[in-house]
Amino acid sequence: MGTADPPPDAGAGARRRLLFGDLFFGLRRAGIPIGLGDWMALMRVLHDGVVRPDLADFYTVARAVLVKHEAHYDLWDQVFAAVFAGGAFPKKVHDELLAWLDSPLPLPDLSEEELAALEQHSLERLRELFEERRKEQDERHDGGNRWIGTGGTSPFGNGGRNPAGIRVGGQGGGKSAIQVAMERRFADYRSDRILDTRQIAVALRRLRRLSRVDGDLELDVDESIDETCRNAGFLSLAFRPPRKNQARVLLMMDVGGSMTPYTRLVETLFSAAKNLHHWKKLEPLFFHNCVYSRVFESMTGSKTLPTAELLQDRPKDTFLIFVGDASMAPSELLSPHGAIDYFEHGETPGFVWLHRLRARFERAVWLNPLPPEYWRGYTTELIGGLIPMFPLSLAGITAAIDRLLKRTPTPVPELDESLLRGHW
Amino acid sequence: MSETKTASGWQGTGDYIASEDLRRIVNVAVALGRPLLVKGEPGTGKTLLAQSVARGLGLPLLTWHVKSTTKARDGLYVYDTVQRLYDSRFDDHDVSDIAKYIHLGPLGQAFDAPSRVVLLIDEVDKADVEFPNDLLHELDAMSFTIPETGRVVTAKERPVVIITSNNEKELPDAFLRRVVFHFIAFPDETLMRDIVDVHFPTLDKALLDAAIAAFYRVRKVDGLRKRPSTSELVDWIAALLSSGLDASALGDNPGGVPFIGTLLKQERDIVLAQEARSPKRWR
Repeated sequence: MGTADPPPDAGAGARRRLLFGDLFFGLRRAGIPIGLGDWMALMRVLHDGVVRPDLADFYTVARAVLVKHEAHYDLWDQVFAAVFAGGAFPKKVHDELLAWLDSPLPLPDLSEEELAALEQHSLERLRELFEERRKEQDERHDGGNRWIGTGGTSPFGNGGRNPAGIRVGGQGGGKSAIQVAMERRFADYRSDRILDTRQIAVALRRLRRLSRVDGDLELDVDESIDETCRNAGFLSLAFRPPRKNQARVLLMMDVGGSMTPYTRLVETLFSAAKNLHHWKKLEPLFFHNCVYSRVFESMTGSKTLPTAELLQDRPKDTFLIFVGDASMAPSELLSPHGAIDYFEHGETPGFVWLHRLRARFERAVWLNPLPPEYWRGYTTELIGGLIPMFPLSLAGITAAIDRLLKRTPTPVPELDESLLRGHW
Repeated sequence: MSETKTASGWQGTGDYIASEDLRRIVNVAVALGRPLLVKGEPGTGKTLLAQSVARGLGLPLLTWHVKSTTKARDGLYVYDTVQRLYDSRFDDHDVSDIAKYIHLGPLGQAFDAPSRVVLLIDEVDKADVEFPNDLLHELDAMSFTIPETGRVVTAKERPVVIITSNNEKELPDAFLRRVVFHFIAFPDETLMRDIVDVHFPTLDKALLDAAIAAFYRVRKVDGLRKRPSTSELVDWIAALLSSGLDASALGDNPGGVPFIGTLLKQERDIVLAQEARSPKRWR
């Protein structure tokens, strides 16, 4: 292997090395996290003759040794086909564009006309069209009104004039969508935003308050030995409650409306928290837009719980975690009868309810699925001033938990009554 | 790893029809001396696999059922301090020998066994998120120390370790790096037909077709928390038979099938299935 580029007829050995090299680096390029250890294990299996000299057998065995998650099976298939059947290597560009389309960010600063024009196509329809045209298109394209490219009035591309279109990265014209995507400008964004439940669970686990309060008694060996000695050698057993996490968590999640695009993200957090079995009590509750006189016990159900009951019954040291985009009309936060929910009749504005919750539970944070660059609205600003706000990303959750565990809780700001008014 | 060559050659046993793939992979895991991690939806026969491997290789099977409270050390050994303290009260026991109060757990027994065994670590994802990491060293080195006695338990022959996971939690990367992995795919329609046939040999063909089609339609509904599996299908067909419904009652709407509560166990999933036909509305 010392010399570069073996001659074309260097024999079967060189050919095999080339194929295997293609496979190894092809897999790594496709984003399957294989390491040298896995590769050496595969080599050992081949060397020991456990695999029959047969491609189908090699396919099965190599996949078992190299690929450790079923989510990667599809990529494996593509790479395998590319190496051994001369197919095309998987195009990451394509995946990244789809992933980018999957996470709709609010488009910043659109004019009225642009917003109206956006109604032209739904996101799903746009995505279908994008797929169709991507298949038809095979080269760089500029101008015109159909292909993905730059200039022109097609709904896809960059620097164009179709306001309903998808601007594929970039600020101005001049680059094609594919080029922009290949710069991997979404790489950081993705690793920060796509959370798996395990990572969240590991972050959430730090939220604990250990003490010996109750539970099935366990033997206290040290104390038993001391007691037995004091008892002149006659056995005396001492028991104590186990050291257990006494933390209670109130997880209040905004669902529906503007939160719909983030359903999966919120569900990931929810299922990570629920499956952790780590706290003394985790109480998941749901609200629409803002918390008013009552909250919901399930995402779809209609069973409600008066917010006043939460304020009265839940221990003061409960950790309170809100999840929501904090985006609403100012009236929905600050006016009496501001709730968009038809059946909500409360006099009290949502902001007052939030303030009461914040005052009752001194350890509270707000997780916002929007990235901080988009925290612009008036209501976001008000709520962020009342409850420490963090992005719903791995780093954000970690910072939020640091805040919850801080020795001295953040002081509760005074409620500014002058903000509350009936008309806007 | 010269001893590994001899033990390969599991061919599946009569009651467990292993796919060709799975057979190769079990033999590779044995040859490499790495644990085999088997994932798949509940009801795809992960646990049965270990029993079949043990029988096929003619080795004893040890099982370690992991629960949410299981600690990695429980699998190695337990030191029964209470018994020792209790025995110390009278003269009739010699409590100076701590080893008498050390009981090996399933992993410890597998290492300590005089000959090779099959060890099933069942539902590893049930335990704490750090649990698999706590086992890394022991599974790598196939040995551990009992600090109370200073005894080192080392595997005489590497056990065949089969680990199952239901995908409740993602497993740590460091752990995944050390295993051979196989995902048991959910049975396709043809295989499912055979499975149902075993349970209901006399089932009417039209009803079977309609039921299987409806079942896969329900499974395809996007966003279900718990997709129905084989056992739910079997229960559901039993319910259909006892109610005397015929194929025409099943319709083609995933939310409208009779006894949907047998297939979907969560209220939210049922709502999703019912909404699956109507276009998505944004509130």
